Amino acid sequence: MSRVRDYGTNTYPQNGFNHHILSVLVQNRPGVLARVSGLFARRGYNIFSLAVAPAEQEGMSRITIVVDLDSAPLEQITKQLFKLIDVIKISELDPAQSVERELMIATVKANGALRVELQTLTQIFEGKILAVSEDNLTLSIEGHPDKLDDFEELLDSHGIVELQRTGRVALPKLDRSSRLRVAN
Amino acid sequence: MTEQTTDTPAAAPQYVEGERITGAQALIRSLEMEGVDTMFGYPGGCILPAYDPMLDSPIRHVLVRHEQGAGHMAEGYAHVTGRPGVAMVTSGPAATNLVTPLMDAFMDSIPMVAITGQVPTAAIGSDAFQECDTVGITRSCTKHNELVMTSQGLPMAIRQAFHIATTGRPGPTLVDVPKDVLVSEMEWYWPTDEEVLASLPGYRPNMKGHPRMIKEAAKLILDSERPVIYAGGGILKARAAEALARLVELTGIHVVTTLMARGAFPDDHELNLGMPGMHGNATAVTAMQRADLLVALGSRFDDRITGKVDAFAPQAKVIHVDIDPAEQGKVRKPDVPIVGDARLVIEEIIDEIKSLRAAGVTQADTRAWKSKVSGWQEQFPMTYQQSQPGAALKPQYCIEQLRDLAPDKTIVASGVGQHQMFASQYWHFNDPYTWVNSGGLGTMGFSIPAAIGAKAAMPDRTVWAIDGDGCFQMTAQELVTATLEGLPIKVALLNNSYLGMVRQWQEMFYDERYSSVFLDSAALPDFVMMAESMGCAAIRVESPEEVGPAIEKANSINDRPVVVEFRTEAAEGVFPMVPAGASNDDVILHPTQQDRKGGLA
Repeated sequence: MSRVRDYGTNTYPQNGFNHHILSVLVQNRPGVLARVSGLFARRGYNIFSLAVAPAEQEGMSRITIVVDLDSAPLEQITKQLFKLIDVIKISELDPAQSVERELMIATVKANGALRVELQTLTQIFEGKILAVSEDNLTLSIEGHPDKLDDFEELLDSHGIVELQRTGRVALPKLDRSSRLRVAN
Repeated sequence: MTEQTTDTPAAAPQYVEGERITGAQALIRSLEMEGVDTMFGYPGGCILPAYDPMLDSPIRHVLVRHEQGAGHMAEGYAHVTGRPGVAMVTSGPAATNLVTPLMDAFMDSIPMVAITGQVPTAAIGSDAFQECDTVGITRSCTKHNELVMTSQGLPMAIRQAFHIATTGRPGPTLVDVPKDVLVSEMEWYWPTDEEVLASLPGYRPNMKGHPRMIKEAAKLILDSERPVIYAGGGILKARAAEALARLVELTGIHVVTTLMARGAFPDDHELNLGMPGMHGNATAVTAMQRADLLVALGSRFDDRITGKVDAFAPQAKVIHVDIDPAEQGKVRKPDVPIVGDARLVIEEIIDEIKSLRAAGVTQADTRAWKSKVSGWQEQFPMTYQQSQPGAALKPQYCIEQLRDLAPDKTIVASGVGQHQMFASQYWHFNDPYTWVNSGGLGTMGFSIPAAIGAKAAMPDRTVWAIDGDGCFQMTAQELVTATLEGLPIKVALLNNSYLGMVRQWQEMFYDERYSSVFLDSAALPDFVMMAESMGCAAIRVESPEEVGPAIEKANSINDRPVVVEFRTEAAEGVFPMVPAGASNDDVILHPTQQDRKGGLA
């Protein structure tokens, strides 16, 4: 592990790929996810991750898409997306200006002394132990995707049995003016 | 120039709200309420219930011979009227047969509403007889589609389909209706405009241009010494031909009309340079290349226009007017992007130019440019060599004769290939909505059904389908429809026994190695017998002196369709030509002009 990071803040170095986050508010209707993913497939845009869940308004869902900007210009992607009738609103979230979170759960081999080491590691990363068996531990961790990457890398050296990540969700960072608006 | 407004449909009928009727009745009523007077279709299992109330409806149903024909007829109807064409077919194979026309309409922004039957809701997903995932299959070839799950939801689904198909950038929509939704009862209602808008919160096309952009566009137009208006199909969709003519009169700027915009500005006007692009004329292609300003109005920088994009119009600034925001910057980054309806934006630009002039702003001197352009026109007109005595006919000659003998405002529909390019190059389009063709998708077999759809919409007009022997054999069975439905179109079949355009590419780019392009259609089929067997009058023409009389005879027959088969020269190429992927500067002129090409510099 060569990287040293401060996990207390939200500032992480970029991990190489040229990505952007789109938060897409859609009408929650049958086929809407197929419309969105079909558009990406048809136009050759790459999706890095995708998370979908009902939004705060009734009848609406929010789709958080991490797009690969090496596959197409962001402007084209958003304009083509916006042509879908079910798409209500698209927010472009610059990774530097947004709060990103992802959840990971993993089952790892944990025999003997390893078990204590994994426990410590999980504590350091502010993760949780969800289940224990004789040979394995199931852990969960929530946080910035880069933090999860690092944790995954460390777990890998111990032997991952199964691992699942959710795809990231994101909201814009509150700037000073919006903090004031909330306060008022 | 003809009327600029969409023909207004008949007044909507009055029905009692709350009346209990079947979904099928509600569907047909909804079409009546939308002003549908003609639809094209083919019945079958799941759509069967909708064909019963049709017997009592004033809507004319044209029974086709293949579902693809229904789709192209709906497109032809929409092309010439501006009103949405309607096609109704059953589930499964019928729905998949509609895929080609839907994609064709999507590429060319044709308003069209397709209604497909579907297996009963309880059977969806069970691989039932004639089941297919119609909304899934057509998702990427419609502007929007919807599977209606309740009878009560039918009127709203139909209203949404028509609203989406006809507003913003027009396109095809599809409503998939399960059989039980047609059979079960509902309480009749007709949603208001407000309810339709409220049901589509994500759909608000922008109509008016941004005032600051309009101002910049007007300034740029007055500033430019070598401006060219690059008019596309959007002019016709926006009913903006008259506004375009006023802009040209005001500014004296040259116009090129793309394949989709033929007729949007009169070919006889001295400022019309004709068609640009892969088979555009030398002046239109070169004027765009040398321009310092391109005013793109409802055009989308298609690869057939730009050639190699990096080398396209290198010195030109670009004003891009398009109602679809995604077209801005898709291919060429505009200097002045304007999202809006072409007619409204042109009118706004006209007003802005007038007020700039009133404020003392003068237009740049374009005289040097104009004399250069007219020099190109004189040196490099469209040209071909007449056939030698006894040799096969020249396709260009046949089209010139058709053109010269055609009654006023004749509608021309074409298939796809050499005959399409010859038709676009040699016809003189002086009225909007007289040219019906498949531009974006390039659908062979388009012309006959599209011509039938146009004839159903405009029964008093002469409608010529200009077709090739390859295309004809794809959709000719619809001539039975034309005969039985009393839609007497005329077909000019340019038979050169080859897939002419593919042959030309093999000649030019594959060392004359001809592979699977010889159709042998001088031997089989016998087109005259074939046409007569479908109830058409048929004439075969083999020598130049027969061409004119045969056309005159065809023009005089109005009680049934006519097929005139012209035996044409297989080796004739379409020129000029910009090879695929090449720069427009590398346009290949007609062999008789190519050695003088330096004159285009």
